[in-house]
Amino acid sequence: MSTMKTITNTLTFSSVEPDAGLKAALSKSRADVIAELNASNLKGRGGAGFPTSVKWNLAAAAKSDKKYVVCNADEGEPGTFKDRLILSDYANLVIEGMTIAGYAIGAKTGIIYLRGEYSYLRGPLTAIIAKRRAANLLGADIMGKSGFAFDIILRMGAGAYVCGEETALIESLEGHRGESRNRPPFPVDTGLMGNPTIVNNVETLAWAACILGKGGDWFKSMGTEKSAGRKLFSVSGDCARPGVYEFPLGITIQELLDAIGAEDVKAVQVGGASGHCVPAGQFQRALSFEDIPTGGSMIVFGQHRDMLDVAINFLDFFVEESCGQCTPCREGNEKLLEGALLLEEGRCSMAYLKDLCALGESMQLASKCGLGQSSANAFLSIVKYFKDEILGRTAVAQAG
Amino acid sequence: MLVPVQERLRQDIEGWIAANGGDRGSLIPVLQEVQKKYSRISDYAMQVIADQLDIHPVEVHGVVSFYSFLKEEHKGRFEVRLCRTISCDMAGRDRVARQLENELGISFGETTHDGRFSLEWANCLGMCDQGPALLVNEQVFTSVTPEKIHDILAQFKKMMDINVFQQAEEH
Repeated sequence: MSTMKTITNTLTFSSVEPDAGLKAALSKSRADVIAELNASNLKGRGGAGFPTSVKWNLAAAAKSDKKYVVCNADEGEPGTFKDRLILSDYANLVIEGMTIAGYAIGAKTGIIYLRGEYSYLRGPLTAIIAKRRAANLLGADIMGKSGFAFDIILRMGAGAYVCGEETALIESLEGHRGESRNRPPFPVDTGLMGNPTIVNNVETLAWAACILGKGGDWFKSMGTEKSAGRKLFSVSGDCARPGVYEFPLGITIQELLDAIGAEDVKAVQVGGASGHCVPAGQFQRALSFEDIPTGGSMIVFGQHRDMLDVAINFLDFFVEESCGQCTPCREGNEKLLEGALLLEEGRCSMAYLKDLCALGESMQLASKCGLGQSSANAFLSIVKYFKDEILGRTAVAQAG
Repeated sequence: MLVPVQERLRQDIEGWIAANGGDRGSLIPVLQEVQKKYSRISDYAMQVIADQLDIHPVEVHGVVSFYSFLKEEHKGRFEVRLCRTISCDMAGRDRVARQLENELGISFGETTHDGRFSLEWANCLGMCDQGPALLVNEQVFTSVTPEKIHDILAQFKKMMDINVFQQAEEH
């Protein structure tokens, strides 16, 4: 291994008292645990922003003798690496969050689905799980709470981006190709092996543990009204200090850029390959569920970057990662890539570009899962904001 | 006693299926174990797994062909995967790619004749803050520059010379 330490600012996770959240949770009733989470207004940190307490409540209400808590550690979104940092440095907090979730919904089994690219985290995570078992923080009668048993299995992904989508992840756990399912039914009632299952992002589970320890009001007091709390951002690209930064939600893009030492910025890709490209004129917009929602990926592009190259890189990615199950995504991304290459050669008419954009909008509507629905976003936003730059290119521009 | 490789593979698969729950859900962990020990997932291995899980072998093949980290063919003992995603791209991916090809004498998608190295692209390795990043089997290297490539590869070549008798068996 030859890696550097990821730069961070001060993270809340670094000063949390270990297992205070679990202790507090086990002293409450299951309903009160979910009520505390509800009071915090925590929304899913993977990017979709679904209220965590609602998800837990639905799974808790479902009748079944088998339920599952799945930690989605299949962090594959380009530009995202906060979960790698959390799992490297604060894995105990994540497992604590899973244990609290297990208690709240009545699950006995938790599964961490770790992406294959992070295999080097497998050893350390297995050791932490074993240590927690030995300390009575996993297993039977956890912390002396009689009747509460919960344990964790670690499962490795095998290099498929689409498995970050919760139903594709469940398919993968069941031993199938990672092809997403139709929803509804949702995993909270028909999940792993047909049992109620909650799938939560790594960061969401870590925050859940903090919230149970410090109280829902503590979390709600930060951020904005509709986007409570703080969030980790993975920052890369053209800036002085790329890394993982924690900020309250509602921070503007400009404030974030100032904090990371990014100057002379042309655009920021918010939300990774499936997110939106935001041009310099809109840097006063806020990173929050009510304005620009994000899973935390922020890729900064300096003035010298060719935005068409960026679009082509993302489309290459989606052509490769589309599971091929539904036509809009499988064929649509191929067509968009073909179109982007025409643009690069300077051989795309305005009429054809409009057709491509219409195709992209159809993909947003007609694709089966989140991957397909969001795969055209980057292309569409780059076309929208950088038409000047991508139309009528000449050989000279290509060489430059 | 000398046990034929195929028999050993069959016994291993039985054990791995049992250790992973014994049902269809054990399929991917079992495939990962097969690949780790036998370097690839052969038709024979897929047939044995299908028989034991009582599913059609095409179901197993469908899974193997879906996931980019599962492979049917022999690849290099060391699989070098260079991240091609945007942040690594902007950090100088193309020059690292060119130098990898120069040092190994192969193009992306190929394996060296001595079976030591194969070269592949990877999609986002989650090292975007310190690109360009590459993965050699399970080890990550970040902030890679063209001039560092030789040394990175040399350390694996050396490892290979020491472990020359531990090569994966054909089956």
